[in-house]
Amino acid sequence: MTPSALLSLPMILCLGAAAAGLLTPSRAWPRRWLALMTMVALAAVGAMLLVTVRREGIQSMQVGGWAAPFGITLVADLLSALLVLVTGVMGLTVVSYSAATLPASKEAGAYYPLVLVLVGGVCGAFLTGDLFNLFVWIEVMLGASFVLLALEARQEQLEASIKYMSLSLMGSVVLLCAVGLLYGAAGTLNLADLAVTVPGLGTPNLMTAVSMFFLVAFALKAGAFPLFFWLPASYHTPPAAVTTLFSALLTKVGVYALARVFTLVFTQDSQLTSTLLLVMGGLTMVTGVLGAVAQYDMRRLLSFHIISQIGYLIAALGLFTRSALTALIAFLIHYIFAKSALFLVSGATARVTRTYDLHQMGNLYRTQPLLAALFFIPALSLAGVPPFSGFFAKLAVIQAALRAENWIIAGTAVVVGLLTLFSMMKIWREAFWKAPPENQPEEPTRPLSLGDGVLGPCMAMTLFMVVLGLGAEPLLELADAAAGQLLDPEEYVRAVLGGRP
Amino acid sequence: MELFLAITVGGLFAAGFYCLMLHSIVRIALGLVLLGSATNLLIFTINGLQRGFAPLVPEGQEALSPPYADPVPQAFILTAIVINFGLLALLLVLVHRAAQETGTDDTRALRTELKDSKQ
Amino acid sequence: MNPVVMHTVARLMAPVLLLVSLVLAVRGHDIPGGGFVGGLMAATAFALLMVAFGRPAARKQLRVHPTRLAAAGLLVALFSGVPSMMEGRPFLSGIWARLPVPGTDGLKVGTPQLFDLGIYLVVLGTAMCFILGMARGEDTTAPEMGG
Repeated sequence: MTPSALLSLPMILCLGAAAAGLLTPSRAWPRRWLALMTMVALAAVGAMLLVTVRREGIQSMQVGGWAAPFGITLVADLLSALLVLVTGVMGLTVVSYSAATLPASKEAGAYYPLVLVLVGGVCGAFLTGDLFNLFVWIEVMLGASFVLLALEARQEQLEASIKYMSLSLMGSVVLLCAVGLLYGAAGTLNLADLAVTVPGLGTPNLMTAVSMFFLVAFALKAGAFPLFFWLPASYHTPPAAVTTLFSALLTKVGVYALARVFTLVFTQDSQLTSTLLLVMGGLTMVTGVLGAVAQYDMRRLLSFHIISQIGYLIAALGLFTRSALTALIAFLIHYIFAKSALFLVSGATARVTRTYDLHQMGNLYRTQPLLAALFFIPALSLAGVPPFSGFFAKLAVIQAALRAENWIIAGTAVVVGLLTLFSMMKIWREAFWKAPPENQPEEPTRPLSLGDGVLGPCMAMTLFMVVLGLGAEPLLELADAAAGQLLDPEEYVRAVLGGRP
Repeated sequence: MELFLAITVGGLFAAGFYCLMLHSIVRIALGLVLLGSATNLLIFTINGLQRGFAPLVPEGQEALSPPYADPVPQAFILTAIVINFGLLALLLVLVHRAAQETGTDDTRALRTELKDSKQ
Repeated sequence: MNPVVMHTVARLMAPVLLLVSLVLAVRGHDIPGGGFVGGLMAATAFALLMVAFGRPAARKQLRVHPTRLAAAGLLVALFSGVPSMMEGRPFLSGIWARLPVPGTDGLKVGTPQLFDLGIYLVVLGTAMCFILGMARGEDTTAPEMGG
């Protein structure tokens, strides 16, 4: 398959399957299988893309054959390709988990097509080569997420979606302003073209102002301090499968966009942006984890940990060295799997105990041994305990901070890691270890087994974490190569604009 | 003219953000409408106001004859309007649903009832 | 307002609006117009029917479920990009041909028009989805107001 076809396939597959799914009769099985097949295909395309980019360098294509920088460009460097692959894997996980947990009536509705649209939007955001289309794909993704959040229309969901929607739309307004201002100043929005033109514009202050618009817009999408408040207000209301999908993909698009824009376009005032990103990252880590410590609702607690981990990513971006960007990419991959595993397990726990409230749980260690193990590994991994993937990812971030002689970030990362461990142990103690609450009649619950289909996806995620932990070397190597591409925009520019200087 | 439009953009943003801070969900939605329009006007203004031909190559010619209007900001605005339209329609459906559920469009009502249902 | 006036106007205007919407969609490639405007205009036709005769009547006139309409449109639009991929050119490259139509110098047809048709359906379907969704559970026919 030609690289140009590979680049457009993720979006064609997802949107096409979403449309085809809506045209099938309103039954659970055709839509479920269509979604499953599409996700398998998406993961395969992602893998092929990654192999192609690794072997032949950055790939680009011009949609409709209109030459860059005038047309719509799709570009895949190692980071994009890796993220598309991970998106495919996550899509597959979430769809198979949904098939096991959701009632058939919901599966028969618009659920799977919406998931496909969301995944298509995410892939589009990862692969697009210009800022306006980044905006468009982010909106596609957000539109699907709004509907997914409010699909059951329970009152708490309505409240959550109204908050989430209004704040996201405000973020979109900021992003659109940023895009408009940048076009007014630079006359182009093609990322590669911008990388060439922006340094020579002669209006560095204006560019810094514009870059702040982008910073605010993407930080809001990523859920960074002080713009994270929409996240814990909404992520705990939809079914576990939807929360997993959101936590795995939505905020990552914000982080990816930050990384892309601040490595490729706005490199002129790196002192200011890097200081801002470092402060933002540090505060995000701390506020996230402190917010989590106070929570006793399992999913709210995990939502706060999303924020805290986003802090690591943003701080790593702020350090802006090769080792820091390597750490960022490795951490991103690890964290998507770890967080998803925890949300999936929280869903499975709630299935057994019928609650997300930690006070009402207990004794799961004895009644659900497999579930306990599947919680324990990602929890330790998230906190950064060896030998799981989180250890190497966190170690990489801390090492990068030490190498940049930024003691504050390194110290914060260590302390937040410890607090994360404490917070995970709280869930362990409350849900799995302590005696069941007394007012609850002891009902004999059958231990969940792999046959239920609920634990399969959790198991897969956990397995990834063990594999990434024991065999961290290839991942770090890949991340290092991807970081090299981020730091050297020349290859990107050449891939998009061809021989043009 | 540009000054006038710039002031209008500022006014629209101010009005939009003011609406966002109110307690009525419908007003919040209206605020988002205003913000969307403000952004579109901003894109329109920032890219320079000038009299020019429509950017269509006349028949029998190979290239555009200046002065022609830059089509790109217009394409942005059109796309942004489409997206804004779609998302706002979605928000309105949601608001409608919430209003049916609670009988009011006050955000506080939505929230207190949530707390009640939790107890 | 007198519902008789409303009914008559709606009955007369809806077909006209639909026709104009099609004209807009077809002429759109080289002169102003296009699938998006056309689709919106078609949606206004059905919205008018809804205001005059109520939600069920408008839904019945649409015949197809609006989400399915939008989905079909999306498929058509995506499909319009595939032939160029078969030729080894990038996705969505336009392929044009001239149909020999007597009396003219040939009718220009191509994949971009297919794309426009898809967009027309997507916009019509989505807009109807929202309009019908918002009108759910409400009496939308124009109320008889005294004065």
